Amino acid sequence: MTVETGGATTVAPQDSELIQLLTPEGERNDNPDYPLGDVDLKGMYRDMVLVRRLDTEAIALQRQGELGIWASLLGQEAAQIGSGRALSPNDMAFPSYREHGVAWCRGLDPVRLLELFRGVTNGAWDPEEHKFHLYTIVIGDQTLHATGYAMGIQRDTAEDEAVIVYFGDGATSQGDVSEAFAWASVFNAPVVFFCQNNQYAISAPQERQSRVPLYHRARGFGFPGVRVDGNDVLACYAVTEQALRAAHEGQGPTLIEAFTYRMGAHTTTDDPTRYRLASELEAWRLRDPIERVRSYLARTGQANSAFFDEVEAEARELGARIRTACRELPDPPPLAVFDHVQVGANAILDAERAEYEAYLSGFEEAAK
Amino acid sequence: MTRLTLSKALNEGLRRSLEADPKVMIMGEDVGRLGGVFRVTDGLQKDFGEHRVVDTPLAESGIVGTAIGLALRGYRPVCEIQFDGFVFPATDQIVSQLAKMHYRSQGRVKLPVVIRIPFGGGIGAVEHHSESPEVFFAHTAGLRVVACADAAEAFAMIQLAIASDDPVIFFEPKRRYWDKGEVDTAAPLEAALPLEAARTVLAGDDVTLLSYGPLVRTCAEAAIAAREDGRSVEVIDLRSLSPLDMETIAASVARTGRCVVAHEAPVYAGLGAEVAARVTERCFYHLEAPVLRVGGFATPYPPARMEDHYLPDLDRILDAVDRSFAF
Repeated sequence: MTVETGGATTVAPQDSELIQLLTPEGERNDNPDYPLGDVDLKGMYRDMVLVRRLDTEAIALQRQGELGIWASLLGQEAAQIGSGRALSPNDMAFPSYREHGVAWCRGLDPVRLLELFRGVTNGAWDPEEHKFHLYTIVIGDQTLHATGYAMGIQRDTAEDEAVIVYFGDGATSQGDVSEAFAWASVFNAPVVFFCQNNQYAISAPQERQSRVPLYHRARGFGFPGVRVDGNDVLACYAVTEQALRAAHEGQGPTLIEAFTYRMGAHTTTDDPTRYRLASELEAWRLRDPIERVRSYLARTGQANSAFFDEVEAEARELGARIRTACRELPDPPPLAVFDHVQVGANAILDAERAEYEAYLSGFEEAAK
Repeated sequence: MTRLTLSKALNEGLRRSLEADPKVMIMGEDVGRLGGVFRVTDGLQKDFGEHRVVDTPLAESGIVGTAIGLALRGYRPVCEIQFDGFVFPATDQIVSQLAKMHYRSQGRVKLPVVIRIPFGGGIGAVEHHSESPEVFFAHTAGLRVVACADAAEAFAMIQLAIASDDPVIFFEPKRRYWDKGEVDTAAPLEAALPLEAARTVLAGDDVTLLSYGPLVRTCAEAAIAAREDGRSVEVIDLRSLSPLDMETIAASVARTGRCVVAHEAPVYAGLGAEVAARVTERCFYHLEAPVLRVGGFATPYPPARMEDHYLPDLDRILDAVDRSFAF
C-alpha cells in the first residue's frame, strides 16, 4: 500500500516484515512465531475505548480553556494498550508524553495526566507506585533513563523485572536514543525499546528521520528489531510479551517498531492540514485499531451488543468524571513555586521564598 | 594524618564511599582498568568489581542519562566526565533531567548522582581540556555545585557529595591533582565542614579575597605576598558555588570593607558577578570600594602557549587587590 503524503510518499511495510495478528478487516492471522494463549481481547477493547474517550474529553477540555495543551493519542490505542497489557506488575515503564494508554494500563488515574497538561503540576505521580515513570518531554531522554534502570535490575539480579521505554519515530534521530541502544546492547540490559512510529514528528514525516525502516536500526547495534502493526492490539501484545520475556531471560534488548498513525494533531496547538492530506488520513481510518477488534469480537460471537453498550456507558461515565475532576483541580498556592527544588536546605532559595512571601503579604496589608 | 596528593585523596574518599554504601557506583570513560586519565579511580575496579566501577561507552550524555536511571533504581552513581570541555554533550541530561526531577516529581524522586569534572587550565593542554564551565550549572536550579581546592578538602567533600541526596556537580582543580597535603583519613565525615559552607583559608582584616578550586592556592600565596605591603588579606574558599554561603562571605566583607573575587572562568557573567551583586546588596554601607573581579577574559580558552596570559596569577590578583585600595 502506498500512502500519499504532502510532497512525500510513505510506503507501508511489506506484509512479510510486518507482524499482524488481526487484520484491519477483523480477520485473525496466525503467526507461529507469536502464538497467542488466552488473551483478554474484550478487556483490550474496553481499555482502548476508554482511553479514546479520555483523549476526546481532554481535547474538549483544552478547547474550553481547562487544559493548556493536550497531546492526543488518537490512533495509537492498540500500540499502547497492547504493549501496556503485556507488562508484568514488576516491569517498569518509561513513557514519553503521549502514553496515556500505557498510563491507564499501569493503573494511573487519568486526572494525574490532566494535572500536567493543565499546568497544576509537571506530572508528579509516584513512579514506583505504578511502575510508570514521569512523562518526559525532551525527546528521547528517557531511553537512557530506562537503560540505566535496566542496568540496576541487572545489579539487583532481579530476573522477574524488565523495562520498557516508549518513544516516537522522531526520537530515533536523537543522539540519546542511539546512545541508549549502544549502552543496552553492550551491557545486555533487560530493556524493550518500543517505538511508536506514528509517521510524523510534528510535521516532519518519518522519511526525514531515516532512510531505512526504523526497526532495522537495531541490527547495527547488535540486537533484534521487529516491526509490528501498531494498530493491531493483539500483535502489539504478543510481540511486546515476547520481547519482555527475552529481557527477563537475560537475552538483552529488543527494538519494537509499532507502525501506526497519529490520527489527530501533534498537540492541540498543531494544525496537521498544513503538512498532510485528508486522503492519507482516510486511508488510515480504515485501519482503525478499535473497529477491527469490535468487528472480530462481534463476528465471532465473543461479544454482543450488550457488551458494547456497557463499554460505551462506562466511557460516558469516565468522560463525566474527568470533566468534573479537571475543573475542580485547584491552582497551587503561590509559595508552592519554591517547593521541592532540592532535598537539602538552600539558604539562597529560602531567602527568595521569604522575600516573596513578604512581598505578597504587602498586598494583603494594603487591602485591609 | 597522611600526606596525599589531591588525586589520591579523592581516590581514598571514593573508596570510603564505596565501602560505606553498596549502592555507590562509579561510572565513566576509562575509570576502571585504567583508573581514570588522572588516576583518580585507580585500583577501585579491581577492589570493587566491574559492576560497581563501570567502564562505559564513550558518550557523556549516556553516562549521565544511565546514571539517572540507576539512581531511579536506588543506586548512587558517581560519574566522571573526563575533561571540563566534554561535559556539554551531557548538558541536556544534567540540566533538563537531573536537576529537575525532584521538582517535577514534587519530591517523590531523589537523584543522588555526583558528576565529577576535572576543570580549569594550567596544564598546557589542547583545546577543550582547560575550561571552567561551573557557572552553567550554578545557574541551573536543582543542582548543588561545589569545587574542592586541596587534598584534605577533596577527601571530605567527595564523600559529602556522594552522601547528599541532591545531584552534585563536583569540580576538581585539575592542575592541583598532584599537589600534596595532609589528610586525616581517620576523621569521621560528621566532623567535616558541611558541603554548602565556605571556609576561611587565611584570616585577615583589610580585604576579603574570594575564590574556589585551583585559584584558592594562588590567592593564599597572594595574601602572603601582600603582607610585605602591610596588607592583611582574608582568603575565603567558597567551596559551594551553588548555593553560595552568603553568611560567611558577608560577615567577612562587613568587617574588611573590601572584596575581590577571583576565578579562572570568564569574568563576564561569571560567578564573581553573582558574588559582587550579593555583596553589594548585603554590605553596601560597609564597602570602601566596589567589589572587583579578576578572572578569565571574554575569549575562548586560548591555546596553551597563551594560557599564562589568560589565567589570573598571583600578580593579577595582587593588582586587583591594589585597585581595591585605590578607591
